[in-house]
Amino acid sequence: MTAAPKLELKGVRKTFNGKKVLDGVDLAVAPGRSLVIIGGSGQGKSVTIKIAAGLMRPDAGKVFIDGKDVTRLRGAAQRKRAAQFGFLFQGAALFDSLPVWKNIAFRLINADKTPQDEAREAAVVALGRVGLSPSVADLYPGELSGGMQKRVGLARAVAARPEILFFDEPTTGLDPINADVINNLIVEEVKRLGCTAVSITHDLVSARKIGDEIAMLHNGKIIWRGPAADIDHSGNAYVEQFVSGRADGPMTNGG
Amino acid sequence: MNPVRAIGRSTLGMLRTAGAVAVFAARGVAALLTPPWFFGQWGGQLLAIGFFSLPVVGLVVLFTGAALALNIYVGGGRFNAEQIMPQVVALGIVRELGPVLAAVMLAGRVSAAIAAEIGAMRATEQIDALQTLSTDPFRYLIAPRLLAAVITLPLLTVVADIIGVSGGWLVATATLNFSGALYVQNTWNFLTSWDIVSGLIKAAVFGFLVALMGCYHGFNASGGARGVGRATTHAVVSAAILIFAADYIMTSFFTRS
Ligand SMILES: Nc1ncnc2c1ncn2[C@@H]1O[C@H](COP(=O)(O)OP(=O)(O)OP(=O)(O)O)[C@@H](O)[C@H]1O
Ligand SMILES: [Mg+2]
Repeated sequence: MTAAPKLELKGVRKTFNGKKVLDGVDLAVAPGRSLVIIGGSGQGKSVTIKIAAGLMRPDAGKVFIDGKDVTRLRGAAQRKRAAQFGFLFQGAALFDSLPVWKNIAFRLINADKTPQDEAREAAVVALGRVGLSPSVADLYPGELSGGMQKRVGLARAVAARPEILFFDEPTTGLDPINADVINNLIVEEVKRLGCTAVSITHDLVSARKIGDEIAMLHNGKIIWRGPAADIDHSGNAYVEQFVSGRADGPMTNGG
Repeated sequence: MNPVRAIGRSTLGMLRTAGAVAVFAARGVAALLTPPWFFGQWGGQLLAIGFFSLPVVGLVVLFTGAALALNIYVGGGRFNAEQIMPQVVALGIVRELGPVLAAVMLAGRVSAAIAAEIGAMRATEQIDALQTLSTDPFRYLIAPRLLAAVITLPLLTVVADIIGVSGGWLVATATLNFSGALYVQNTWNFLTSWDIVSGLIKAAVFGFLVALMGCYHGFNASGGARGVGRATTHAVVSAAILIFAADYIMTSFFTRS
């Protein structure tokens, strides 16, 4: 790798109540590349990207963005750093007290102090890009289906033209057709914005579609990493078990 | 288990919680005192916390004022001092029961609502989402609630004082043959401005505690829906205990001299 990585984790460790979740995670993503992290439930995938996005602090280890150490940023510096990020949460995490358009334009209205009508216009444009009609703008998140919520969450994540996008299980809980729609939208948006992407998924169809590379997290470490095309002949017993979905193998049903 | 060790451990635990609450409160106040501010949020919270608590606070103090009047009338009668009932009722309401009852009702209504709302936002990652959208949750969620409670509880207490004294007046004129005009005049001449102001100072402090407990427990909720339920209970219980403890401390301070 010649260019400095856009995002890099070095030796990241995290323990919750005496339970070691991350035990020295090393991970680097080159600018403009899309990395997918796979791994069993409860292996710490969400914790990993929350640490990368500055939502949690690691117990040890460092996070670098564009080669700069951002592990301990606080306050205004932290908010400025967050402006480079877009995050689509596992459950969409839309603000249920606000209508859809205010969700999408949240950063514009609250952090950038954009006038309301301008922000609304931008939100409607963003809605169109994820395939939703302008009439959705005035609905509340509670009135949307899960698939629509994910789309609105995606629109919100990309609204401020981030440099790094994080997707936490973007297709979980969707039917295969809606999942494919979301996958396509992610690929489209990442390409349009030219940004770096880190995604988490259980869903190998999705992983192959949105990832340039795939990494597998197990027992607190990255145990395999390679091009998405190599996932079927990884030569790693854990990855092979995960890909084939067998109950028997080196991974037991402990996690 | 060694009892000394058990006591030591629970003391340490309490100290740790007290420290965490103090840090949380300091961050909330700091967010209140420095820009950026989210004025839109402030207005909504003033309405939610203050205005919509009026009916319940009003009813509670009305009945309390009436009951207090009856009890003091009977008690005063034991040494032929029925006639000072209006003054004692006024003092009890304005210095003590007005602010405390308003605060306790707010603890039930508002602490719980705040803890449930913020706890649900925590459980559904909305608080994380705020941060990824460059918005400080302390500025957007916590500060407006603290401020709204500190402003509205004294205002509610003014209303509670008036309604509470009216409760006494109603009973006195309807069943105890007091003269309505004389009752009002006695009350008015008797009360000092410090009686009223000290009650309002208490109310402001209670307001801060009520909102702080709701925010703290909601913000630190974990473990899904059950965690939110637990946060709500803890918020109400801790707010109520803090109200009574703070009431005693402030009263002993205010009654010195
Ligand atoms: N805030 C927290 N407090 C305590 N424990 C936590 C916290 N966040 C995560 N954990 C624990 O860390 C472990 C990993 O959680 P994480 O959410 O990262 O898993 P995951 O790999 O994303 O799983 P899933 O695929 O089910 O989402 C879990 O055991 C979880 O209980
Ligand atoms: Mg997860």
